[in-house]
Amino acid sequence: MWNNLAAAGIFYAIAGLIVVFALLSVTLRNIFHSALALIVALLGIAAIYIYLDAEFLALVQVLIYVGAIMTLIIFGIMLTLKISDRTLKQHNQQRLLAFLIAGSMGFVLIVIFSRFRVKEVVSSKAAPALADIGRELLTKYALPFEVISVVLLAALIGAIVVSSKE
Amino acid sequence: MIDIPFILNFLWMCAKAAGLLGFVSISVMFLIWLERKVSAHIQSRLGPMIVGWHGCFQTIADTIKLLLKENIVTKEADKLTFWFAPLVVFVASFLPFVAIPFGRNLIARDLNLGLLYILAVSSLGVIGIFMAGWGSGNKYSLLGGMRTAAQIISYEIPLVLSILTVVMMAGSLSMTKIIEAQKGMWFIVYQPIAFLVYFISAIAEVNRAPFDIAEAESELVAGFHTEYSGMKFAMFFLAEYTNMFVVSAIAAALFLGGWQGPFLPGAAWFLLKVYFLIFVMMWVRWTFPRLRVDQLMHFAWKFLLPLAFLNILVTALVMVIKR
Repeated sequence: MWNNLAAAGIFYAIAGLIVVFALLSVTLRNIFHSALALIVALLGIAAIYIYLDAEFLALVQVLIYVGAIMTLIIFGIMLTLKISDRTLKQHNQQRLLAFLIAGSMGFVLIVIFSRFRVKEVVSSKAAPALADIGRELLTKYALPFEVISVVLLAALIGAIVVSSKE
Repeated sequence: MIDIPFILNFLWMCAKAAGLLGFVSISVMFLIWLERKVSAHIQSRLGPMIVGWHGCFQTIADTIKLLLKENIVTKEADKLTFWFAPLVVFVASFLPFVAIPFGRNLIARDLNLGLLYILAVSSLGVIGIFMAGWGSGNKYSLLGGMRTAAQIISYEIPLVLSILTVVMMAGSLSMTKIIEAQKGMWFIVYQPIAFLVYFISAIAEVNRAPFDIAEAESELVAGFHTEYSGMKFAMFFLAEYTNMFVVSAIAAALFLGGWQGPFLPGAAWFLLKVYFLIFVMMWVRWTFPRLRVDQLMHFAWKFLLPLAFLNILVTALVMVIKR
């Protein structure tokens, strides 16, 4: 009983933290601060993964999202002159549209997850080992894996083409 | 009821963390003294000699001085970012200690994904450097921060790729298992190229000469920590030497057989190997001139990266043939 309560408390504390910092990342005036808030939100998601016994996912989340993607975003911010100026407006005039899209997306997700019933609870002891993840990626899921790498390659070539113009 | 074993476990973990923190502080004090002595003897000087035997208490005196110094925050600084940056940098350098194996059972937590964990948490340090560079509101800090970040991002790739060969040979990411896989022979014998790529990238990762354009004194004053004073500056210093310890500890565990060795206890062997590698890093720092920015990038992307890939390919081929 106490353990359940504590577990629920930890979950809601992490979830609350994520929501607060996600909101901060879209409302803060300074774009550098937004990026920092987004980092905290992403770390919170990694904490949720650890809470769910998915350590591999959590570490990859930190390594890729915080370590690589956010670093690149901040790098972009710092390279762009005056983008983090206090007087610069960070928002455009499409709040209503954004709210509608995000709201309907949230509604659909809530409907899906409230109807979703877990048929079989797999114990956390059976969490897939790293070797299994690797084997599945290179056999069963080889095609999607390769498609993702092609997408990344296309993005890479695109970046070179865009930046090599003079 | 409240879970008593859980609370005891929690307290035990806190004790471990405190012990590691104490070890790190003392080790860093020793390393700063060692660096000054090594650099002095390389340059035919004596270095600190006054405080204690051969100046061995000099760092303690310096730390007290730093604690007493005024805390200066510039007008242009972004206060919150400026305050948090040293903390982020130090915490990121301290987190890997959870999975560093000092001896056979002398490891805070033998994580299954230990190596991945170390790589993941140490990649957080860049964020703190960005915060310091941007939050200072100073162009030298900003430039230093950006140079550091570009360098760390570039050298992280050959670093991880060189580690990958060791993981392939050991078949595990657990630090303990990797060390036990080297019972017969150290991995440096099978993987000399991987070791070299790792060690060069590691020196670049911790921003030390010849890869210290991030804080090139002659161009940038001091890089991202130009505006920091007192204890906040000391935090960056602490983080730099802690990072040196971490990368050397990983090298010792992955390539030099970790705690394994005759006669002496495991922890002594491990520390000997780590401090030897740190000594080599100091030796390199005081013997080589600084690289230019373009040389630095060319070296990482056009030499180390292809070499690391080739090494992985050859390792994989040999492993497949031998099977």
